[in-house]
Amino acid sequence: MGIRRGHQARLGEVIAEKLILAISLSTIAMVFLIFLFVGREAFPVLLGRVSSAAAQEKPLPVEAMNTLTPAQLRAYLGLSAQEFSSMDRDTIQSLMEVRIEASAEEKPSRDAELNTVAWRYLLFPFQWSDYDKPVYVWQPVSGIHKYNIMPLVVGSLKTTIVALLFAVPLSLAAAIYVSQLANPRWKEWIKPAIEMLSAVPSVVLGAFALLVLATALQSLFGYQYRLNAFLAGIALGLTCVPVIFSIAEDALTSVPRSYTQAALALGASKWAAAWQIVVPAAIPGLFAAVVLGFGRCIGETMVVLIASGNAAILSPSLIEPVRTITATIAAELGETVVGGHHYRMLFVLGTLLFIVTFLTNLAGDVVIHRLKGRLEGKK
Amino acid sequence: MSDVFPPRPRPATESGSPPSPEAVQRSIIETEGLSLFYGKAQALKSISLKIQEKVVTAFIGPSGCGKSTFLRCFNRMNDLIDTVRVQGQCRIGGEDILGPDVDVIELRKRVGMVFQKSNPFPKSIFENIAYGLRLHGTRDRKTLDEVVERSLRGAALWDEVKDRLHESALGLSGGQQQRLCIARAIAIRPEILLMDEPASALDPIATMKVEELILDLKKEFTIVIVTHNMQQATRISDYTAFFYIGELIEYDRTTRIFTNPQRKQTEDYVTGRFG
Amino acid sequence: MKGRFNKPSIDPVAAFFTGLTGLATLFILAILGVILGYLFWRGGGQVSWHFITGGTDTDMFDASRAGIFPMIIGTAARVLLMTVFVIPVGVITAIYLTEYARSGSLLTRFIRSAVNNLAGVPSIVFGLFGVGFFISFLGGSLDSLSGSPEPHWGKPALLWASLTLAVMTVPVVIVATEEALKAIQPGLREASLALGATKLETILRIVLPNALPGILTGGILAISRAAGEVAPILFTGAAYYLRDTPKSLTDQFMDLAYHVYVLSTQSPNVELTSPILFGTVVVLLALTFGLNLIAVIVRSRIRRQMRAAH
Repeated sequence: MGIRRGHQARLGEVIAEKLILAISLSTIAMVFLIFLFVGREAFPVLLGRVSSAAAQEKPLPVEAMNTLTPAQLRAYLGLSAQEFSSMDRDTIQSLMEVRIEASAEEKPSRDAELNTVAWRYLLFPFQWSDYDKPVYVWQPVSGIHKYNIMPLVVGSLKTTIVALLFAVPLSLAAAIYVSQLANPRWKEWIKPAIEMLSAVPSVVLGAFALLVLATALQSLFGYQYRLNAFLAGIALGLTCVPVIFSIAEDALTSVPRSYTQAALALGASKWAAAWQIVVPAAIPGLFAAVVLGFGRCIGETMVVLIASGNAAILSPSLIEPVRTITATIAAELGETVVGGHHYRMLFVLGTLLFIVTFLTNLAGDVVIHRLKGRLEGKK
Repeated sequence: MSDVFPPRPRPATESGSPPSPEAVQRSIIETEGLSLFYGKAQALKSISLKIQEKVVTAFIGPSGCGKSTFLRCFNRMNDLIDTVRVQGQCRIGGEDILGPDVDVIELRKRVGMVFQKSNPFPKSIFENIAYGLRLHGTRDRKTLDEVVERSLRGAALWDEVKDRLHESALGLSGGQQQRLCIARAIAIRPEILLMDEPASALDPIATMKVEELILDLKKEFTIVIVTHNMQQATRISDYTAFFYIGELIEYDRTTRIFTNPQRKQTEDYVTGRFG
Repeated sequence: MKGRFNKPSIDPVAAFFTGLTGLATLFILAILGVILGYLFWRGGGQVSWHFITGGTDTDMFDASRAGIFPMIIGTAARVLLMTVFVIPVGVITAIYLTEYARSGSLLTRFIRSAVNNLAGVPSIVFGLFGVGFFISFLGGSLDSLSGSPEPHWGKPALLWASLTLAVMTVPVVIVATEEALKAIQPGLREASLALGATKLETILRIVLPNALPGILTGGILAISRAAGEVAPILFTGAAYYLRDTPKSLTDQFMDLAYHVYVLSTQSPNVELTSPILFGTVVVLLALTFGLNLIAVIVRSRIRRQMRAAH
């Protein structure tokens, strides 16, 4: 029996390896596909190819219902697929007539001719005809769809900041305690117990905030609105406590024990060793924990959808209702016409979220990677 | 260690000295100018050596001298490390084994290996031995039963485990596990058995059993053993090669290496001046 | 007289901060305890045989008569279908990363950062992806291929919700499987290869059987994570009310987590329907916590095995 490879090369082996590689590459493909298919609906808006003004033009004659395709007709009447399919010819005809009458009665509004999805209306304040000063408004309803995203961005930031102010000190303190100070026998229990907090679905935390926490905090602080940025932020903080704690605890634990032992041998207390030696060595990891916690908060949906009050008002106050980017998508996508400007605007918000979280994750990863390299190099 | 085991008279010396390595006729492993690199670092420097059939050859030398790396060239286990590059020639039974067209699977069937740390699979004793056979296509239960028994007897383990063949191999003692690994290796009837410090993790009694086993196995197999224990080399090997920082310093009959080394470095090492 | 090695007086700064960080830890645990305690206290009484096995055909907002059986079935269907998609992809990717990939190569780093990024994408964005890719693109293409005038594939469905969740939970499975693969003693792979096994044979016969507990953990964690998610299924398959449980992959479904959302925001009277809400929450928590607990136990076993192996 020779050891030369004859005609029977191990083909199966080669094919299997290629197949395994191909499937692994699908993870990269998924990230690309997410960007591509969320972006695909958003790009026409971003590139200025969509105009909401077009939809405001003068109504079509009733006879058009015979010449338009069903899809065009549906889009013209602004109906969902379900509504449209449940209507018979007569209903549609009367809808067409209502449309003509409505436009005849409507005062010619200068707003109707605006393309409200143009960049300047998305980002900057504008004085709409029935307002007395320029404002930031997200109001994609009624005749003129107003799509200023600033109230949503500020809403997301407000809840996230409250959440981080609440969760970061708490989680970092707990991470220091569990990794450095706690009795190792307790540690075995405390760590998984805190991580169990992540097993509470965010919709459950949202419901808890709505029904219990809202009342408790309102009677405690005596503010006006039951649902507001503060409440949503606290509940949101609970969702990111396990995230921040987990990463921070890992970073602190990965600091070589020899560091601590050297300090203890010199007579430092456990706390002094932790605070003066371990924490500084793990700073990048703690930073990454906060960054990833931020990413988690800004992308969280259900808690803020349920507990934030959902009013898209631009205001610096933390005790007024807010509306976040995520909650807007969740609340409005169901009511939009597929392919319409409102639908596309929600995908614009999704793309924005994707990019923000993509960058925060990347930053967090890079920091953690560097920290690991540094600690391993020093060992 | 030497107090526990005074060197036993070796069978080879009883029946007269083996021939010197240069005089060997039937060499089974031959290397010529074999060099090996980990990335840019050279771990083996142009080693040429002939290993005789059905004897025990020991590789000795201080840690990091390349003896294990050299051993792993014979069954191409170094292939598992991405950065390794090999130059020169290595022939087994006259066939080059380093070429890209060599079927390492066939090679490893012919060149078995036992590792430093015993590594039985977390399966039953029976399944551990049968693993290699099943891999190479033996399905017949009767054949499997026979080979398992023969291999376990060959590894002097049969009497200890015959009543619990279907219990987990992880329940065996350290020494038994290592003999199980030897039995597993010989079950597929290799020509050559490579042993990488097979007794370094074992207690003295278990070490003695493994050494007895090696002396027994050389009737059927060519054995190459890496050891850092010089007494062990004198007890079980016929030939000894001394390595130092990637170079083959001296290769001769074991008796000569330990009683009359030709090179200063060898003498320093075997007399315990370094290493 | 005080000896030189008598216990020194306690450093007040150290004691203060140890106490403070300890309190923070206790506070988190207390919050968890209060939330769970409250939810089980309010919802425990609602959970009865009738509640679990009853349907919604009577009145889904009547606390004394409503059941959540269709929601349980819907949730079970979507997470089990998800595992069918996610386990193979996750496990095979983990195998590539631990068994085949060169650790420093660019490709490996790309795959790793893709996995990390996938783990950080907000769940609502997965929902949008489900709508844009699975429903509009895949479903739409299937419909235009079959030429049916009515959308059959291009609408929210159990299949699309499960696929969306599978994309979301791929990182969970990869991380758990990788951990299990790394916990395997490296000597076992060497032993198998030295006996003349090919790499694939070694993976199939030695590596995977030993990693099975880790793979199961990954699956369980993925299910636990997915079961509580609402945002990805809002527009890809979950329904507010249906008369029946899903019968095919293209049907919509009712769902436990989605039901909690419905009862919190769209109930005619949140106070009156809150027993149903808390009851549903208890059932949902029992599911996610039970699964997590199993995963934690299996995982700690793997970690012990890993410490023993290295």
